[in-house]
Amino acid sequence: MIKRLSHAPVWVLDQDSAKEFYTEKLGFEVRTDATMDGLRWLTVGPKDQPDFEIILAKPGPPMVDDEAARSISALVARGQLGAGVMETDDCRRTYEELRKRGVQFLQEPTDRPYAIEAVFRDDSGNWFSLTQRKSGAA
Amino acid sequence: METPRHVRALMTDVDRLAHLRHAKDLMDRAYGEPLDLDAIAREAGYSRFHFVRAFRATYGQTPRDYLSGRRVERARELLRTANLTVTEVCFLVGFSSLGSFSARFKEEVGVSPSRYRDRAVRRGGAPPIPGCFVLMWTQPRAQSGRSHSDARSLSSIESERKGEVT
Repeated sequence: MIKRLSHAPVWVLDQDSAKEFYTEKLGFEVRTDATMDGLRWLTVGPKDQPDFEIILAKPGPPMVDDEAARSISALVARGQLGAGVMETDDCRRTYEELRKRGVQFLQEPTDRPYAIEAVFRDDSGNWFSLTQRKSGAA
Repeated sequence: METPRHVRALMTDVDRLAHLRHAKDLMDRAYGEPLDLDAIAREAGYSRFHFVRAFRATYGQTPRDYLSGRRVERARELLRTANLTVTEVCFLVGFSSLGSFSARFKEEVGVSPSRYRDRAVRRGGAPPIPGCFVLMWTQPRAQSGRSHSDARSLSSIESERKGEVT
């Protein structure tokens, strides 16, 4: 039986800039930053969720060839890739905090039947939902 | 060491696309405000004329069509979920006249805004897809044929605000 999801990749355009964004703006911690034979393994995660890591991956060789890297980078830069949902216990407060740190939001906190949610982008252009679930909502 | 040419090409392209994305994001964020083409082009750091062409090459439609498509998509969302009149929805999503809103909505959706809302009410219950995904996974698309009319596609966004569709 599969127990949990432990790692998921997010394509980023620049790993140094992404590391700074995810730690200094989103408040994540760096779990691993190691380079081996030109391949940089950079993972981050929310402090309250030690068993999950986001792999901040830069598209390029040896993972994908130059042409694929160009295509993926273009999709990210165009803002068409969405990377997931991040949960908070207070959407409006977190929104204010992140906005003050310079995070770009596409949607202000909005009241939905199941949650309060906002939408923001990371520094590469990936979009995330910032969600505060309502009690009882799945 | 000099940057290899293909890497330079990539950087330039990505940089250009990121600028265009800022313009798209402005429309996705501020669709309810009276945005004009100059302001949108400025957000991307483009002149008005080059912006329309570059945006169209990247997103497959003109900024004007994208913005009015986004407004219609947001109107659908409000009509499904909010307790608002059609007129309130019309102005909330950035249309300046009820006539142009209804015409554009019907063109895109196939039914009038009030008919669309009645259907949603009959169906009942909260929509099953999280709203953030509805926003980000619906790239507003102009109906085929309509965005290819050169006279329309190169016309500015302001023309819609003057109620050109009516």
